[in-house]
Amino acid sequence: MNRLEELFTRKKNNILNVYCTAGFPQLNNTIEVMKALQDNGADIIELGMPYSDPLADGPVIQSSNIKALQNGMTMQLLFEQLRDFRKEIYVPVILMGNINPVLQFGFENFCKQAASLPIDGIILPDLPEYEFENEYGSVIKKYGLDFIFLITPETSEERIKKLDALSTGFLYAVSSSSTTGNKKDFNAVEKYLQKINSMQLKNPVLVGFGIKDKSSFQSVCKYANGAIIGTAYIKAIEYSNNIQADTKAFLDAILN
Amino acid sequence: MLNISIPNNKGSYKQPNIFGYYGNFGGAYIPEMLHRNVEELRNNYLKIMYDEAFQKEFQYLLHDYAGRPTPLFYAERLSNQFNTKIYLKREDLNHTGAHKINNAIGQVLLAQRLGKKRIIAETGAGQHGVATATVCALKGIECIVYMGVKDMERQQPNVARMKMLGAAVIPATSGSQTLKDATNEAIRDWINNPNDTHYVIGSVVGPHPYPDMVTRFQSIISEEIKIQLKEKIGTELPNYVMACVGGGSNAAGAFYHFLDDLSVQLIAVEAAGCGINSGMSAATTQLGKPGVLHGSKSLVMQTIDGQVTEPHSISAGLDYPGIGPLHAHLYESGRAKFLSATDDEALKASFNLAKMEGIIPALETAHALAALHQMKFTKDDVVVVCLSGRGDKDMATYMKTMDEL
Ligand SMILES: Cc1ncc(COP(=O)(O)O)c(C=O)c1O
Repeated sequence: MNRLEELFTRKKNNILNVYCTAGFPQLNNTIEVMKALQDNGADIIELGMPYSDPLADGPVIQSSNIKALQNGMTMQLLFEQLRDFRKEIYVPVILMGNINPVLQFGFENFCKQAASLPIDGIILPDLPEYEFENEYGSVIKKYGLDFIFLITPETSEERIKKLDALSTGFLYAVSSSSTTGNKKDFNAVEKYLQKINSMQLKNPVLVGFGIKDKSSFQSVCKYANGAIIGTAYIKAIEYSNNIQADTKAFLDAILN
Repeated sequence: MLNISIPNNKGSYKQPNIFGYYGNFGGAYIPEMLHRNVEELRNNYLKIMYDEAFQKEFQYLLHDYAGRPTPLFYAERLSNQFNTKIYLKREDLNHTGAHKINNAIGQVLLAQRLGKKRIIAETGAGQHGVATATVCALKGIECIVYMGVKDMERQQPNVARMKMLGAAVIPATSGSQTLKDATNEAIRDWINNPNDTHYVIGSVVGPHPYPDMVTRFQSIISEEIKIQLKEKIGTELPNYVMACVGGGSNAAGAFYHFLDDLSVQLIAVEAAGCGINSGMSAATTQLGKPGVLHGSKSLVMQTIDGQVTEPHSISAGLDYPGIGPLHAHLYESGRAKFLSATDDEALKASFNLAKMEGIIPALETAHALAALHQMKFTKDDVVVVCLSGRGDKDMATYMKTMDEL
C-alpha cells in the first residue's frame, strides 16, 4: 500500500493537503517548509515545481514561482534537495507543475527519479487525458506513481467518471472555475460538491482553489474528504523569517 | 469552398489530425478549467465555419467591411532592384491595416453563434487587438484586450485606437511585458470566465482547434493570390511565397493553398532581433526546441530546464518565443524554409519599400522584405511577398531611426 492509499484508508475526513513552491521563499527552504507542514498537521504536501509561465495560477502563486526560479531552483536541484528527504518526511508528497519543464527533463527520467525518492504522485494540470492515455500514463504506472486529474464545476458527469477512472490516489476538485487564489461564491461550490459526492467515485476527493481559512476548509470538508490550500499558505510564508513558527500559526488557525 | 475531410492519423499540411497534430506538433495541452470551452469550440468550429449563413455573412464582411479582395500589386521598382518579379499581397490595405481583421471577423461571428457575450484577446503590435475591438464595435459586443506594458509603450497609436473603439485595454505586467505575457493573461481571464467568454487568439498558436481555425480564416490570402496570379500572369503558381512569422498567421494564410503545390517554395521569415546569437532574438526555429507553450506542442525558446526565455524583436508582433505548430511541422519537414532578419535589416527594408514603392510597411512585414536580400532569384521568378500590415503604428520607431539611416 502506498502512502496515499494508507492515508485514505486510515483517515476519511478533514484531510489537509498544503501546496508550497520548491525553492520558496528561499532556495534552501524546500525541506524546512515540508517539515513544518508535516509537523503542524498537514496530511499531504503538494510540492510545486516552479515554472516561468504558470497559466492556471493567480498572482500569488505566479510570483512564488518566479521568486523560486530567481532563487536558482531547477528540476535537477530539486531532485538533489529531495535526495534524503524521506529520512524526515513521512507524509505523502505530490509533485505538481506544468508539463514543459518535465518534458525537457525527460518524462521517463522524471518519473524514475521521482519514484526513487520516493515521491507518491504527480499533478500536471496541462497534461490532457488524451496524451496521458496515449503516451504518458503507461510510463507513470511503470514507476508506480499516482497521477491525479483535476475536475471543475464545468466538467460533465461523464467526463468526471472518466477522469476518476484514470486517476489514482485522489481526485482534485477545483472549487470554481478560476485561477488559484481567486475568491468565488461558496454556495455555488456546495451544489457542485454535493453532486460529486453523490457520484460514488472510485477515488477520494480533495477540493482546491479558494480554500484559505478554517471556515472554508470546514465547509468543503462536509462534502469531500478534504481540501488543498495553496495561495493562503504561500502568502503566510512569503516574507517569513521563521518558517516553523509561521507555518504552525497558519495551520493551527485552520485545524484547531 | 474548403472541404471537410477526415484527416489521417498524422495530419496533413492543410489539416491537423483529430487531436490537433501536424506531424509531431500541436495538440491541446490545457488545464481542465479550459476543457469545456475548448471542446465546445473543437466540436463546432468546422460546422459553424462552413455553414451557409455563416459563410454568407463572413464573405460579406470581408468584402464590404474589410475591403477584400486586397490587391496583388506588381512592385516594379522593387522587382528591378532584386532583378526578379515581385508581387506584394496588400494585406495592409485591409480595414484596420493588417491581415488580422480576416481572423477577427471570423472568430467574432463564430463566438456570436456560440452564444458568447464577451470577447477577450491578446495583442502584441496592437493590430490584432484593434481588429478585434473593431469587429466587436461593429457587433456591439464587449471587448477586453490584454497587451504587454512594453508593447503599449511602443505601439501607442494602437492603444488609443482600441480605446476609441470601446475596448478595455488591460496591461500585462509580468515577464518581459510583451506578447507572451499578454497571452498568459488572456488565458487566465478565460479560465476565470468560463461561461460567457470567447477568446479570440490572434495567430495560429494555442490549443487545437485554434491553429487550424485561424489558418482557415487567414487562408483567404492565398485563395486570392492564386486567382490574382492566374489573371495577371496566366498561372496560379508563383516560384516563391514569402511572409514574416510571429505566431505565423499571415504566413499560414499566404502559404495555405500552396502547401500541396510542391513547386512553390515557401519562405518564412523570423525576427532575429539583435542577431540570432546575441541573446536578444525571437528566431524560434533557430533557438527553440520542442516544448509546450500556450496550449500546444511546438518549437519554443526555452532554457535547458524548460523555462520559457524572453524573446526580443524591435517589432512587437514578432516578439514571441514560439511559433504555431503548423510552422514547426513545415520547418521540421522541410516544406518551408525559415530565414531571419535583424532589427536593423527590417528597419532598412521598411525605408527601402517606402522610397521604392511608396508603401510604408509594418515593422513585422519589413522582416519578410529584408529577407529578399538573402534570396537568389532569377529574372523570371515570380515572388509573392505577403505585405501583412501597414506602418502607421510604427511611425514613432521610424522617426527615431530616420536620422541614422
Ligand atoms: C502587420 C503584422 N504582421 C505580422 C504579424 C505577426 O503575426 P503573425 O505571424 O500571426 O502573422 C503581426 C502581429 O501583430 C502584424 O501586426
